[in-house]
Formats: sequence, C-alpha cells, structure tokens
Amino acid sequence: MTLGDPIGHVTGASLYLDDLRPLAGTLHALACDAPTAHARLRRVEVASAAALPGVVRVILAADIPGENQIGGIVPDEPLLASDVIHFWGMPVAIVVAESEEIARAARALIVYEYDELEVITDPRVARERGELIVPPRTFRIGDVDAAWAQCRHVFEGRADTNGQEHLYIETQGAYAVPTEQGGLRVSSSTQGPTAVQRTIARVLGVPMHRIEVDVTRLGGGFGGKEDQASAWAAIAALASHLTGRPVKLSLHRMDDMRMTGKRHPYSSDFRIGLSEDLRILAYEAVFHQNAGAAADLSPAVLERTLFHATNSYFVPNVRATAWSCRTHLPPNTAFRGFGGPQGMFVIESAIALAAARLGVPARAIQERNLLAEGDTFPYGQVATRVHARATWQHADRAFDLARMEQEVAAFNAGSRTHVRGMALMPICFGISFTNTPMNQARALVHVYQDGSVGVSTGAVEMGQGVNRKLVQIAASAFSIAPERVRIETTNTTRVANTSPSAASATADLNGKALELACDAVRLRLREKAARMLGADWQQVSLVDEVVHVGGVPTDLGWKALVHAAQWDRVNLSESAHYATPEIHFDKATEKGHPFAYHVYGTAAVVATVDRVRGTYVLDSVRLVHDFGQTLDAAVDLGQVEGGLVQGLGWMTLEEVVYDERGRLRSNALSTYKVPDVHSVPRELVVEALATDGHPLAIRRGKAVGEPPLMYGIGAYFAIQNAVRAARPDAVLVFDAPFTPEKVLMALYDAPEVSPVGDAPRGSSGTSASAVPRG
Amino acid sequence: MIRFLLDDRLVETARPAGTVVLDVIRYDEARTGTKIGCREGDCGACTVLVGELREGRLEYRSMTSCLLALASVHGKHVVTVEGLTMPGLSPVQRAMVDAHGTQCGFCTPGFVVSLTGCCLSREPVTATSAVRAIDGNICRCTGYHSIVRAAHQVVERLARKDIADPVAWSVAHGLLPDWFLGVADRLRAIAPAPSASGTTDLGGGTDLYVQRHDTMTHADLRPRADDPALRGIRQEGDECVVGGACVVTDLLESPILRAHFPRLEPHLLLVSSTPIRNMGTVAGNFVNASPIGDLTAIFLALGGVLTLRDPSGAGRTLPLERFFTGYRQLARRADEVVESVRFPLPGPQTHFGFEKVSKRTYLDIASVNTAARIELDGDRIVAARLSAGGVAPVPLLLGATASALIGRPLSPATLRDALPIAQREIAPISDARGSSEYKRLLLQQLLRAHFLTWFPERFAPESFA
Ligand SMILES: Cc1cc2nc3c(=O)[nH]c(=O)nc-3n(C[C@H](O)[C@H](O)[C@H](O)COP(=O)(O)OP(=O)(O)OC[C@H]3O[C@@H](n4cnc5c(N)ncnc54)[C@H](O)[C@@H]3O)c2cc1C
Ligand code: FES
Ligand code: FES
Repeated sequence: MTLGDPIGHVTGASLYLDDLRPLAGTLHALACDAPTAHARLRRVEVASAAALPGVVRVILAADIPGENQIGGIVPDEPLLASDVIHFWGMPVAIVVAESEEIARAARALIVYEYDELEVITDPRVARERGELIVPPRTFRIGDVDAAWAQCRHVFEGRADTNGQEHLYIETQGAYAVPTEQGGLRVSSSTQGPTAVQRTIARVLGVPMHRIEVDVTRLGGGFGGKEDQASAWAAIAALASHLTGRPVKLSLHRMDDMRMTGKRHPYSSDFRIGLSEDLRILAYEAVFHQNAGAAADLSPAVLERTLFHATNSYFVPNVRATAWSCRTHLPPNTAFRGFGGPQGMFVIESAIALAAARLGVPARAIQERNLLAEGDTFPYGQVATRVHARATWQHADRAFDLARMEQEVAAFNAGSRTHVRGMALMPICFGISFTNTPMNQARALVHVYQDGSVGVSTGAVEMGQGVNRKLVQIAASAFSIAPERVRIETTNTTRVANTSPSAASATADLNGKALELACDAVRLRLREKAARMLGADWQQVSLVDEVVHVGGVPTDLGWKALVHAAQWDRVNLSESAHYATPEIHFDKATEKGHPFAYHVYGTAAVVATVDRVRGTYVLDSVRLVHDFGQTLDAAVDLGQVEGGLVQGLGWMTLEEVVYDERGRLRSNALSTYKVPDVHSVPRELVVEALATDGHPLAIRRGKAVGEPPLMYGIGAYFAIQNAVRAARPDAVLVFDAPFTPEKVLMALYDAPEVSPVGDAPRGSSGTSASAVPRG
Repeated sequence: MIRFLLDDRLVETARPAGTVVLDVIRYDEARTGTKIGCREGDCGACTVLVGELREGRLEYRSMTSCLLALASVHGKHVVTVEGLTMPGLSPVQRAMVDAHGTQCGFCTPGFVVSLTGCCLSREPVTATSAVRAIDGNICRCTGYHSIVRAAHQVVERLARKDIADPVAWSVAHGLLPDWFLGVADRLRAIAPAPSASGTTDLGGGTDLYVQRHDTMTHADLRPRADDPALRGIRQEGDECVVGGACVVTDLLESPILRAHFPRLEPHLLLVSSTPIRNMGTVAGNFVNASPIGDLTAIFLALGGVLTLRDPSGAGRTLPLERFFTGYRQLARRADEVVESVRFPLPGPQTHFGFEKVSKRTYLDIASVNTAARIELDGDRIVAARLSAGGVAPVPLLLGATASALIGRPLSPATLRDALPIAQREIAPISDARGSSEYKRLLLQQLLRAHFLTWFPERFAPESFA
C-alpha cells in the first residue's frame, strides 16, 4: 500500500505552483528592487520600462487600491517601498509583461534616484540606537541576582548564531486568476492560506470573501512560506486586479534569496553559575535578535527563544531578556525551530565554556541538570510526563556513551592527521503555537454516496507527510481502505480562518479536527445501520468496511450502508472545529501553560577534523527520540532525519553572508551551501523512546517536525571538541556555523607574510563585489 | 530548426539555439516533471538524461537541463522523468517510494533520473557509483539517508546488469519503456545540424549559462562539444593529448589517464558534480579564466601546453601559464579555438597531487586549490611545478616557490624554506569563499598536504608545527 503523494512524486505527475497550466492571456509579474539597503527614494523612472514592447503595466506603491501594508503581527511593512527603502531586495515596483523574459528586460530599464541612509546590519548596534521592533521581554524565575553569591563557579561569554536560508527547492510563487464579480482565485505556494487571503484583501481593499486561496502542495517550506508567501501572492493578485488578466509569478532563485527573510541571526551574552557539584544554580541570557527591517514573525520567534532558553535543564534562578532589533536586512522569519534553536545554542555554549574551564566533560554538567518531573520552567509551566532523563539514559544504554568517548580518545591517540570530537545534545521542545489563539483548526469531511471520502482541512502538505497522516485518521475512523480517502487541496472557501501549517502542530490540530468530523458522520452511520439491522446503535461498529453488531459481522457493508444513508437523508458531511484545551499564557506576567506538551530527545554526535586542511566529516549521529505512539513511523523517521540534517547544515556549512552595505553575498546556490549527499553523517541511528505518548497529541503520536533540528547543535560542539583535542590552547569561540575556515583558523596561527620580494599584486577589487564562480 | 527526441517524441523547434532545454521541456512541451530549483546547475532538480550515438552505440549521461542549450541536443535523445514512466513503477521509482526517499517531492524527479542514468552506464552499478550518481542532486527535506537506502535497493536489483548493452537489458528488466529499443535508429534518421559559424564558442555551457540565460538565449553560438577534432584522449610518445571538448567524465573514464594517475578518481570527483562533469569541458575550464578553475590548476602543474587554432586552420601552441594575462583576460584571439592540451605523462619518479578545499567538500567551488608535480632523483627534487587557484586574479603557477624546491633534498626543511616564498607570490582577496588570511593559511596547508600525501612518514603533520 502506498499512501499519499509518493507515486506522483517519482513519476513527475505531482503538481506544484509553476506546473499549473497557464490560461490563455496569462501575464508574468516581476518584483523590482533598487541596489541599496537603506535609502530615501527621490524618484523612480519607469517610462522606458513601460514602453518596452510586451510590457503591460508597471505598478508602483501609489497604484495600490487598498492599504500598502503586509505586516502580520505589526503593521510595519509596506508591500512596495514608496518613500524609504528598508532593505536590499525590498520591492519598489512591479513589472507586468507578456513573458518573464520581457519582464526581466524591463526591470533592467527602471532607474532609481535615492539618497543613501545609514545601513545597520548588526543587532547590537540597532539596540544601541533604540531601533527595536517591539519592547524587550524578560522571563524570570527565582532570584538570579541573589543566586550568584551561592555559586561556586560563574562564567560569562558571548554566543552568536548566523541566519539560515530556507532553500525550499521550490521557490516562492503565486498565480492569480480573476473570477467574476471582482473575485480572484489565487494559487499560492504558502503555508498560510488564510494569511495570504487576508493580506491580499487588505492590499486590494476588498472583503476576504472575494479572495479564494488554494494550495495543492509545496516543494518545501520550513517556515519560509509561513508569512513570507503573502507578499508574492499579493503582488500577483495586485497585478491581476489592475490588469484584469491572470498573472503568474514564480521567483527566480536569486530573487528569492535576495528578497526574502531567513532564520534570525542572534548575538547573545550569557552568564552561568554552578555549584560545587555542577548544578546550574543561575543562568542569565541577553538575546539580540536580528529581526531585519520589519516585524514579520519576529516577536513570536523572540518569544520562543525565551521559552527554550534553558533547553532540557532545570535551572532554579533564571533571567532571560530578548531584544528584537531592527536592522536593514530582509525581514527575518519563521524557520523550523522558530527561535528555539537560537536559545538552546546559547545555554549549550555556556555549559561548554563552564566545562572547558572546569576541566570536566560537558556531559557531566548536562546530565546533572536534566529536567525532572514537576520541575517548573521559567515561564511557569510545570513539567509533566518528562522524558529528558529517560532519553539520555536510553542513549547511554543503547550507544554506551563512555565507550564512545574511549573510542574517540583512542582514535586521537592513534592518528597524526585527523582528530575526533564528540558531543551530546539533549533537546526539549514545546508543542503549540505560543500565541494561544492560533491553536485551533477546522476540518471538512464528505462521505460521497459511493463510499469514497473527501477530506479538507487547513493543513498544507509540504513534505512533512500530513496528508498521509490525515488519510490514516479518516480511514481508521471509518475503518475503510485508505484508497477510499482523498485529501483535497487546502482552500479557504472550504476551510476558512486557518492557522498556518507551522509550529509542528499541523497534524495535531487538523488531525484532531478531522477526528471530530469523522466521529460525527460515523455516529450517524452507526445509527442508520442500527435502524437497518434492528439493533442498538451502541452495539454497532464499523470494522474493515463491514458493519458489526455486538462484535459479529453482518451482511451490511460500507458501500451499502453509505448508499442507504444518503437515500434516508442522513447528513454525510461534517465540518468540525478543534481548539487545544488546557493551554494559556499571560504576557503581563510572562507566566502560564503555553504548551500542550513537550518533546524530548538526546543525540550523540561525533565529528572528525582533518588537522592539516581544516575540513571535517560527521562520522555519526546516534539519537533517542520521543515519538510517543507514532502514527506513521516512516513519516516520523523522515522528519527526524531531514530536520537533523538541516540543523547540521545550520551549524556547519550554511553561511549567510551580508556585506556592510547590507547586500547579500551568499546569494545563489553556488555561494550558499546546504548539505549534499556526501556531507551528511556517515552513520545515523534513530532509536524510539518507548512511551505511551501524550493525550493531546494526535492519537498519542507526538509532533515531530521541528524538534529534531536541534540535535544538529551537537555538531558545533563535536567539532569544537575535536579542535580542542588538536590544540588545547585554542580560543573557545561560540559563533556558528563552524565552517572549515573557522576550524583552520582555530588550529593554526596565520602565516607571516614578509613583504620582501616582488610579490605580484593582484588587481584587487576587481572581484570584490562580484563573486567569481568556477 | 533543431530536432531531437524528447522521450518518445520527435521535437522540432524554431526557438533560438541558445534557449535552454529546460524551458522547452516545461513550457513548450508541458512536461512539468522536470523541475526548476536554481537555474544554475547547482540543485539537480532539472536533471535529464542525454543519449547520443558514440561509435554506433547509444550512450546516456545525466545533465542539468537548465544549462543545456538546444544547440547541444540536436540529433540526441533527451529523457525526462515522464519518459521513464510506465504503467507500473520502474525499479528506481519503486525503490524511492519503498524507502521513503521522497517528502515534498520537488527534488524527486531529478533523483529518479540521476539514478536511472547510473543504471544505463557501461559500468557495473555499485553502492558507490549509485551514490556518486546523485552527487549533483540537492534535497532539502529528507537528509538523504532514505534516498541512499533507495539507491542501495536499486543496486541490489541491478547487480546483474549487462554492461555490454545496458539499454536492452534495462528494457528487458522493466527499467525503461520498450520504445527505447527504437531510439538509436530514430536518432540516425535525424539529419546532422549544419555546421554553425557563430561567434561564441559553446562547450558544455556550464560557465556561459550561469546567471546569464537571457543574453545566452540570443547568442550567436558555435557549439564545440561535438567537434571530432576536439574530442578524444590519446598518447603520443611520452605525451598525452587531451581534446579541448573532452568533459571531466571523459578524463575519468580514460584508460591512459587511469593508468598514469592512480588517484585520478578522488581528484576529479572534487570537481563539480556528475551532471556538470558530463557537460563541462576542459577548454571551457581554461577559457572561462576563473582564478579557481580546478582543471586549470591541474593542467598548470602537469605542464600543459595548449594548441590554439584559428578559422583559417593555422595553429599555435602556448604553455597554459602564459594563457592567463589578467583577471578574466586571456592571450587568445576571439576566433581561436582551444583544440587540445598536451602534457608529459608522469614517469616512475613523478609524484602528482591535487588539493582543493571548499566550504562543502563536493559540488562547491574551491576556496583555494593547488596541484603539484615533482620529479625525484633519489632523494633530490629535480623538477617541480606548483599551481594555486583562488589566491590571485589569475590561476597561478608558483614559479619562485617551485624554484626553491628544485635541486634540494626531499625534506621538511626544504618545504619549510619554500612556503614563505609562496606567501609572497600570492595576493588573495576576501570574498564569500573566505577571508584573505584564511586563503593564505589554507594554501600553506594544502602545499604541505601534497607532501604529506606523497610521503606520509617523512612529512608528518608535527613537522609543520
Ligand atoms: C554547478 C556547477 C559546479 C561547478 N563546479 C566546478 C568545480 O568544482 N570546479 C571547476 O573548476 N569548475 C566548476 N564549474 C565551472 C564549469 O563547470 C567548468 O569551468 C567547466 O569546465 C566549463 O566548461 P564548459 O564546457 O561548460 O564551458 P562553457 O560554458 O561552454 O564555456 C566557457 C568559456 O569557454 C569558451 N569555450 C568553450 N569551449 C571552447 C573551446 N573549445 N575553445 C575556445 N573557447 C571555448 C566559451 O566561449 C566560454 O567563454 C562548475 C559549474 C557549475 C554550473
Ligand atoms: S535548476 Fe537547479 S540544476 Fe538546473
Ligand atoms: S523531498 Fe523535498 S527537496 Fe527532496
């Protein structure tokens, strides 16, 4: 049995945005930006672009009929720059033309006149200037100021993590088609169909009911299409609205990389205090989030950094403060983990620093401080059903951590050319949107009169396998073959007011809503069967497409039952709504119970560094993960493997580089490197922790999308430990990613260059801005 | 009018010869299984197989259709994922499904095509070759382990492949639809393209097309890759002559080079990826004049001498190091073709090495690369050539550094004395591939690495301290 999309994927039949057959008369839209990160616009000269044959229209901010505003949480982001350009890549104009090629030619003809303003790329500088997106927030527990005095050891330092490009292989795009009575049907590659609908309605100044948004599937999202798909859909919609023609827009990769936001870089300060026996008594962190030029989802990301500031550890005295700093980078946005990984990296850095200074292995501190049942998180939630220590101990049993360490030491004793390091990475990740009202979902189920079933929810399939899970939920609710269930596109006219597919909660929320919808129809079918069979409905069950009474099969099958119910005027459709119970959070006190549950795990990462060349390989990642009662083991394993590798990439190769003018230098796949088949760990072992799962997880199978990414953080410390083994006096720096460049520079002093002789001076500067490729 | 077979259909198109095949496949022929991820050869989502008759035999290689000019496929067979699709799934497709090698699915057709290409090669299919076949395909979802599991399933099913006639074998074993059996004859029936007389030489297009599609579409092209005078690798006395249109895969498969360079494979696998190695030519690597071309670095150290020919048929030779005169400037007239490069084959006392470090080990442009060739007489270095890329506006031959080695004993002290000279010969700049300080350090380390690799006992890493 093969569920869901894979057959379409391997045959090339699955349809993505750019695969939609264009209708006759379709135009192509292209966003146009000026080569500056911060400037006051004086004039935009579009006459020659507009005059190019094949150009239908050039749109500027003044042409927007509604509001020139796409900000979700904070209304601070114009769709098109009108007076000030806030980041390099901010759209100023839209060219609408008969072909993409013509649109590109026209784009090159637009002339921008502007006065450059100061460009800030560093969040610490932004904070000094008072450039904040929202006021800072602080989570606290205990009395950190008083606690330092009780600490035997106190260490402080700085930790930085770089951004991360989503690099969904399918770029952003949308296709807007006018319908009638001023309506638009917009196909969008978005994780948030409702956000797209709302944004378009706002920009066009029309009610939401005029805008239908439809999503078939995404070629990857990872958070990058949660909020940031809206701009591109709004541009296509605006162009369609103004020209009356279908308009398509599919971003070129370099436009996508330059114009869209990424994972937030963070620059943080920490202070950690330990007791004689290595208990963490106090922890203080100050996070500087590089939000980019507009709020986007930054306030929510910032919040999750605070929620995960202490990772899997119990710390009695904590003060964590987070600043969302406005810079002139593209607005940074959601990315798998949503601020959590950035928070965890800092406490892991603090532990690594303390361990190095104290001459103990980091794992001694980690293990000593793992969360226990009944511990309180800094945000007031009491930890229950805690598996932090269970996953750690399972890892110790399964992988024999002491033996692994001995093997690393033995390897290092025996090799002159290579050096190995190991690190452990426990994780604890809270499941739910931290913004409580978003934790709701709807599902619509139709049982058709031939016994086939159609399901619509707010869930967007982007490779996370949610459609497979929904098929299984519906099939098992009715006890029918999965082939009878079809998951429809995600469409705002069928399921409205949805939360985006994000926060790992998509299957939980939409799956629960679907269960409710199926339960309602199933109940009506059981009642109908009871009437047909003269039985008590409570005795009636559906088993493998056959009606059972009192556990005994009858002659009444699924198809006949459905058929009879239809002609008996039984409602075979249901729309259900689910809202996660129990959760709440009070931002005034920064206390509450924001998460339905937490996901735990422990990973052991081993890396080998080439001490001559500074390159490295990841030898193994062995981990124990808290899946709960997994609903689909293959899908869940895929999420762990894929999430892990993204986390490894973030910590090792993936380097987002902006120059001081705010221009993205890593602006193509040739200059921004994600893991390829050779850079993933040679060995990958994933063990499942045996638990009975969590009642608030869909069929007790825990959310799995984001948490595994954070195992990747272990790679940073494994490489760092290898470097320390090679060069014990190496300066400890916490500045991810740990590129081969940083490794080599940590291993060796720079060679001296004696200026004697007639060294050929290169015509330096020739390629200072253009990065030559091969 | 360009004619080629697209899957089972003859396509005749009046589009400009510079149009990329990807656009014809997706937008003219509406075969949308072939995806667009980057349009610069770096993701593999657009991978197709290109089949051509070589010495009467039909041979397929994978290529990225986003860099593939229509001009390059006249008379050839372009195979997309749709062309591999039959009523049941092929063993490759089946394995990708069974091993859960697909999540969002956007990269998947590219992986299916690449793995199928591996099955159609004239080499036995092994776990190593199957993974190598997908080294140009990027997947952002799966983390690759499931795809590698799929590749291993394919290997098991194809272990008994008939390498004498892989196409017929594949048809017989359900890997390809049976119309593939008629492809060779259908290709023979396509009349050759009239010889082009354009002004822009086109090799594989893996440099020309990167970030320059719009201009290239309308360029006046002179395809060189199929010119018989520029193909082939042959031995002439003690020398080897490599045709300018040879692609990296040709180097990898050459019996002459394999015999003389035991580490040919590990060296050349550091160059780009399988589909790009199937397209990118030796001449293109020289003429694109990148300061970090890998083949350039290799042939500089080997002592390569170019044969350049103008349209009148007149030829001249030029040592490769004299070809590069300034940043992206060459000692070449616009109408001269790079016909071949020749170099002395290594003897028993020759040591050759190539080192390259990039952020990502594979499918990445070097931060710094270097090749080295030394000859020994007993314990003495009697000849040396060292090249370095990424450390100056042009690919460098480190002449002064090499001089400091020649005539000296093979010892850490000799190397120690030579390394500071290399630092004076170079002038790296900071860019996305590293800071200038890093590039200096890295070149020093890679020069050491040559000796460490050749003589691990004598040049222990401690001797570098
Ligand atoms: C994804 C990707 C990865 C890459 N990785 C690497 C790498 O790891 N290492 C590396 O060195 N390079 C790399 N490259 C660059 C490129 O593949 C090589 O430089 C390749 O050798 C170029 O050859 P080509 O035939 O494709 O050149 P083309 O693009 O066809 O031509 C390049 C230049 O050479 C000229 N030319 C071509 N043939 C001739 C001829 N016979 N006579 C005269 N002039 C000619 C053309 O007019 C043009 O100016 C990579 C490219 C891509 C797209
Ligand atoms: S589209 Fe990425 S390699 Fe062609
Ligand atoms: S499955 Fe999504 S990119 Fe590979």
